[in-house]
Amino acid sequence: MSTDSIALPRPQEASPPLVDRLHEWVTTVDHKRLGILYILYALFFLVVGGIEATIMRIQLIRPQNDFVSPEVFNRMFTMHGTTMIFFVAMPIVFGFANYLVPLMIGARDMAFPRLNAFSFWMSAFGGFLLYFSLLGANGLYGAGNAPDVGWFAYAPLTAQTFSRGHSTDFWTLAVLVSGFGSIGTAINILTTILCLRCPGMKLGKMPLLAWLNLVMSGLVLLAIGPLTAAQIMLSLDRYLGAHFFDTQAGGSAVVWMHFFWIFGHPEVYILVIPAFAFVSEIVPVFSRKAMFGYPIMVAATVAIGFLSMAVWAHHMFTVGMSSNANTFFVLSTMAIGVPTGIKIFNWLATMWGGKIHFQTPMLFCIAFLFQFLIAGLTGIMLSAAPFDWQLGNSYFVVAHFHYVIVGGILFALFGAFYYWFPKMTGKMYNESLGKLHFLLFVLGFHLTFDFMHVPGLLGMPRRIYTYEPGRGWDIWNLIVTIGVFVQGLGVLIFVCNLLWSRLKGKSAGSDPWDAWTLEWTTSSPPPAYNFAAIPTVKSRRPLWDLKHPEDPDWKYE
Amino acid sequence: MAVNNLYARWALEVGVVLFSSVAPSMAEPDAPSLSPTNIFAPVSTPANTIFGLSVFVLAVTAAIFVIVFSLLLYAVVKFRKRMDDDGREPPQVYGSNQVELAWTVIPVLIVVALFMATARVIGSVQRATRPSNAIEVIAIGHQFWWEYRYPGLHVVTANELHVPVSDPAHPTPTFIKLLSVDTDHSFWVPRLNGKTDLIPNHPNDTWIDPHETGLYLGQCAQYCGTQHAKMLLRVYVQSRDEFNRWIQDQSQPPHLSDTAAEGQHIFETTSCINCHAVAGTVADGRFGPDLSHLMSRDTIAAGAAPNTAENLRRWIQNPDSIKPGSRMPAMGLSDRDLDAVTEYLTTLR
Repeated sequence: MSTDSIALPRPQEASPPLVDRLHEWVTTVDHKRLGILYILYALFFLVVGGIEATIMRIQLIRPQNDFVSPEVFNRMFTMHGTTMIFFVAMPIVFGFANYLVPLMIGARDMAFPRLNAFSFWMSAFGGFLLYFSLLGANGLYGAGNAPDVGWFAYAPLTAQTFSRGHSTDFWTLAVLVSGFGSIGTAINILTTILCLRCPGMKLGKMPLLAWLNLVMSGLVLLAIGPLTAAQIMLSLDRYLGAHFFDTQAGGSAVVWMHFFWIFGHPEVYILVIPAFAFVSEIVPVFSRKAMFGYPIMVAATVAIGFLSMAVWAHHMFTVGMSSNANTFFVLSTMAIGVPTGIKIFNWLATMWGGKIHFQTPMLFCIAFLFQFLIAGLTGIMLSAAPFDWQLGNSYFVVAHFHYVIVGGILFALFGAFYYWFPKMTGKMYNESLGKLHFLLFVLGFHLTFDFMHVPGLLGMPRRIYTYEPGRGWDIWNLIVTIGVFVQGLGVLIFVCNLLWSRLKGKSAGSDPWDAWTLEWTTSSPPPAYNFAAIPTVKSRRPLWDLKHPEDPDWKYE
Repeated sequence: MAVNNLYARWALEVGVVLFSSVAPSMAEPDAPSLSPTNIFAPVSTPANTIFGLSVFVLAVTAAIFVIVFSLLLYAVVKFRKRMDDDGREPPQVYGSNQVELAWTVIPVLIVVALFMATARVIGSVQRATRPSNAIEVIAIGHQFWWEYRYPGLHVVTANELHVPVSDPAHPTPTFIKLLSVDTDHSFWVPRLNGKTDLIPNHPNDTWIDPHETGLYLGQCAQYCGTQHAKMLLRVYVQSRDEFNRWIQDQSQPPHLSDTAAEGQHIFETTSCINCHAVAGTVADGRFGPDLSHLMSRDTIAAGAAPNTAENLRRWIQNPDSIKPGSRMPAMGLSDRDLDAVTEYLTTLR
């Protein structure tokens, strides 16, 4: 690029009009743009879901509060759960996979660009359907206008008898339609990773992020099917007189639970495995060391993938399964702790003996390790079925899975945002604001979710819109609610940082972290075709080989 | 389990001291200092067995936490980039089969230990044998209240379960069959046992054998609809004599008094009787709570309000003022009729 070295102002390119630029985004099939669309869409719903959570927390700040009615509260927790899982966590995970996988395996796009666009718009349509229920769901006078059956929508509460109007139908359709998008994206990621790797990149030489997204996509394919089937069966029940889950006509509420959790538990791993992927990329770079035990990290991920398909009924320890069934699911659930433990130890070993840089992405990853450790340990408590008979459906469970989803997945995601923001925008974020966001979010997170365990131990069930005084729950709920506002402030700073840095940030250059994977070889942001020439790799860290020709990785792998 | 229980008591005491120093205002005289629904204050065999297991699991997980957290803290402090860093990359280590084998095998052993302990407790709670002198109760979940039937004893009541105390030397446990007429519910009285769901078309069982008399609280623990929050559980554990007397009273029809004849007439000629039953009268509805001995109960609306004449009147006039979304309709009675019906209800003892 000899022209760049000449200090002459380049002729201004006329920027196309706004309508044209929007049109380009709407019709794009570029994996990077679709990735960013997924991420922005998820960030929008993150704020919406956060507002719903805040409404619930204000209601619970003291006993017998009447900030909202029971009906509104029940809609809030249904919308919050559905939104956060299906319209925040999944799209954000798919967004990063979309953006990063082709770049990291040296491909020019996903295998099926148009399927990619189709999948995004299906998922997006699902989210809008869910929220359209606020306008369109009033089927009968007095029937609710947003779903209020809980995010796992246990039968027979979803039957026509108990859920009149159309709010449950909007919930069903939203989940169904976004599921089509998820399946499309999963097929796309799988095919891309299996077929489009650059020369030299054998499966064993892929970045861990690619491996983990491969496993995630496999899980999506296996898990979304039962969910889709269940939603169709539910619609048949509601409109065509089928009786799968209609207990008043001999149907089975327990069958719905099985269908839902056969999806629902792998779903947890669908979300957390990509979080593992981010940590597995960020920790080595900021420790300045190669990932410790790459093969066993891959093996542990695959093991988690398989095991996660055999643990679903640990969500059902209280529904009266036989003692044999309970015992089986105790064993399978505890077993999953082994590969998960291996992962934590391998990340620790990667840091061990390194030179740890404490920029914002690494701070979030260290907090992830700490919080995911605790989430795993409370998970072990819940896996002991008799302990679960006490803890299940209490605030302890709510605290546990928020520890996984916020303390684990969201922290890893924030790390990923800061780590790849320079690549996606070409601009550096503001480090001080990033650290402030980190501090506030850690503080808010721990205020909210540490103290949320306690009322669960003291007998407070989830999904209650109010509670009696004198149960010893008051002070804990007050602290939990205060924490929510601290977290909210942190997220506000995060959003401001991203917006400000996008517009005014310093130029980042193509490789600001001195990192080792292929996405850092191309410019920031990468051109539409990603790589001018398809790279060839010899090891898992092609840029390390390039930067250290005297000591390349491929000699040791 | 002896060791476990030792740990248990120790952990409980430390825990109570720790928590009550944070929140001293919570202490109540005859309830455990933290909460009347504290899962760590068991008074019944199944709850106690679960508590023993809980303490074992807590001890193991706490040990894991201390070890792994120390390693993390050490790594972060010791291997931070120093001020005087020479800018060179640290030595690259790609893995080690020995250490990786170690941190695979050790967790496997921990899992085996946890699993064995858990499996034993599952068996002891779920496969408990029912002695011939056990009390049998059928609990039926409704939106949003509890119906209790004592088969063979001709007792039907609502929301307040009465059971006899069980002497550990000569146990008289209560076995409860759990049914639901509408949506899913869950029976959870934390100090007596863990929760078991009530699912339509799917009968379940649970059992309790409280060792101390008193009132034990709990509430529905499976989301069942609008008023899930006010579907409260009250279990009265009584001495054997008191319990027998209670059964005796409940199995008789109520003594109707003439002073409330007007109220009774209104009650029996409006839609009240579609849902409510009063033994010995034409009222035989089964959709709502049986009112035969209404005044023997401390609360109305599944524990949502104390059972006073004033609250009863308010409840009949406008149930939403106590429990918005309950299945009880506002009856639309005139003030005079309202007074009469309330008068009648307060005679049902």
